[in-house]
Amino acid sequence: MGSAEVVMDDRTGRSPARARGPLEAFAETLVFACAALSILTTFGIIALLARETLAFFREVAPWRLFTEFEWTPLFAIPRFGIWPLLGGTLLISFIALAVAVPMGIGAAIWLSEIASPRARRFLKPALEVLAGVPTLVYGALALVVVTPILQKIVPGLAGFNALAPGLVMGLMLVATVATLVEDALRAVPHSLREAACGLGADRVTTVMSVVLPSARAGIVAATTLALGRAIGETMIVAIAAGQQPRLTLDPRVPIETMTAFIVQVAQGDVPVDTLAYRTLFVVGSLLFALTLSLNLIARIVVRGSASKAGMRQAT
Amino acid sequence: MNTIRRRETLFAVVCGACVFVPLLLLVGMVGAVVVRGFGRLDLSFLTSYPSRHAELAGLFPALVGSALLVAMTAALALPIGGAAAIWLEEYGGRSRLARFIELNVHNLAGVPSVVYGILGLGVFVRVLGLGHGILSGAATLALLVLPVVIVASRESLRAVPSSLRDACAALGATQWQAVRTVVVPAALPGMLTGAVLALSRAVGETAPLIVVGAVAYVTFLPTSLDDPFTALPIQIFHWVARPQAAFVTNAAAGILVLLAVVASVNILVSWVRDRAEQKVQR
Repeated sequence: MGSAEVVMDDRTGRSPARARGPLEAFAETLVFACAALSILTTFGIIALLARETLAFFREVAPWRLFTEFEWTPLFAIPRFGIWPLLGGTLLISFIALAVAVPMGIGAAIWLSEIASPRARRFLKPALEVLAGVPTLVYGALALVVVTPILQKIVPGLAGFNALAPGLVMGLMLVATVATLVEDALRAVPHSLREAACGLGADRVTTVMSVVLPSARAGIVAATTLALGRAIGETMIVAIAAGQQPRLTLDPRVPIETMTAFIVQVAQGDVPVDTLAYRTLFVVGSLLFALTLSLNLIARIVVRGSASKAGMRQAT
Repeated sequence: MNTIRRRETLFAVVCGACVFVPLLLLVGMVGAVVVRGFGRLDLSFLTSYPSRHAELAGLFPALVGSALLVAMTAALALPIGGAAAIWLEEYGGRSRLARFIELNVHNLAGVPSVVYGILGLGVFVRVLGLGHGILSGAATLALLVLPVVIVASRESLRAVPSSLRDACAALGATQWQAVRTVVVPAALPGMLTGAVLALSRAVGETAPLIVVGAVAYVTFLPTSLDDPFTALPIQIFHWVARPQAAFVTNAAAGILVLLAVVASVNILVSWVRDRAEQKVQR
């Protein structure tokens, strides 16, 4: 896209893409339709979730989601408190972030500030493998390998629990956090490091008090994106965390996340257009709203810091 | 002076551990799966149907299902994703509409895969009436990988030097002629490697297929687009959830097959990409 068009525009006085007969117009329309499919997908998700959720709320008052404290939609006397599912999701997400954020930042510092270019060339793709392993495999590892080992260390750890899937998810997200934070660290101007060095700071002080604070926005964005991933992650928790919605902070007992509930309902033979079937879409709506807003927040944080940095350089 | 050096060394060790410890843990855990599942891997495991007896059960319908799913997902997602990238990169420019679609693609990339499953259930299974078959599964996976395909295709389109486009214009080619005969052929290797990587992720996707209605116990191969179907990850998921140890061993062997598929695709792609880069450098 560039200079050529501008020249042609000047000469012919019309847009070159539109001027050349029906084939051109057809081709452009076709590729545009493919691009527009993404908008259609978003609207499809929103319309579908909204329709089924509204149908659910015609039978169940919306506030019952927040005023009840049990989630038993498939029982004879159903209760629709979302807290156990939301609590289970957040409990596992926080365990995962407690692992992924510090280790991801540490790994990013090592890759960006400490490692030799050769070591970085090998270890960065190796670290990215962590994010490429199917999450089903992580779930199986959490249930079959990690939980039995943890049971020898943690007294009272149940076969299904929040701890093992949380830790394994954290391991997976180290790669996500490290990649994003490393980009942020590399964007910190070299002059800042040289200035710190010139003031007599050693490497530790340079990184901890100059480089990391300058990359604050990138770190916040990475954490936000990792939280969105953790909330939306399905197979690890569906396999290893159990299917018992329970409002607790105890990581040793079985719980259920929003995503695991969706899998549970979808696996069973729930008849369509029943209240139980619609809970799938209600939980899906909440999940979609949470992950979408986290992604947008991360984007705004990054953009805000980018424009600020641009202004700083301009002045 | 000595304390400063010790401080720096300690810092480097702690940060280095953040890279090596996760990698070693992953290697250790996968090693445990290899120990458990490797003995179960033989030809009959790959060619048998599921069974109530763990020792007789095999992956055959799951392998066929996954192969069909990937082929159909590719047939849907690659042309659409490539075309969308062409519009965004060659036609959309910096218009408001193009920026809106771009933001939208980025947001879709962050939507949890299980939500795509709900979309597939609502749209392909229910509204379009495609049934709980392999077509609904493939269409759902295609929507899921589309953002990744679009982003990868755009990157390789952007890497095509603008001097090539200028040369086309100078020769009097229309924009579509330039795209069709020069820009896309130049970008195609990059577009394809990105697409293959996206598909290798689709092989391991489990949650959307469960929601769309894949089933684990299939004792026949699908003969039509709405027959019940299974796939490699679905079969593994059902085995790992069984209480009997013998089925968990089956799951471990299935995981080895799945990891082997994903790893070989990735190694192949990076080898092809390295070769292509070397060629460009020369």
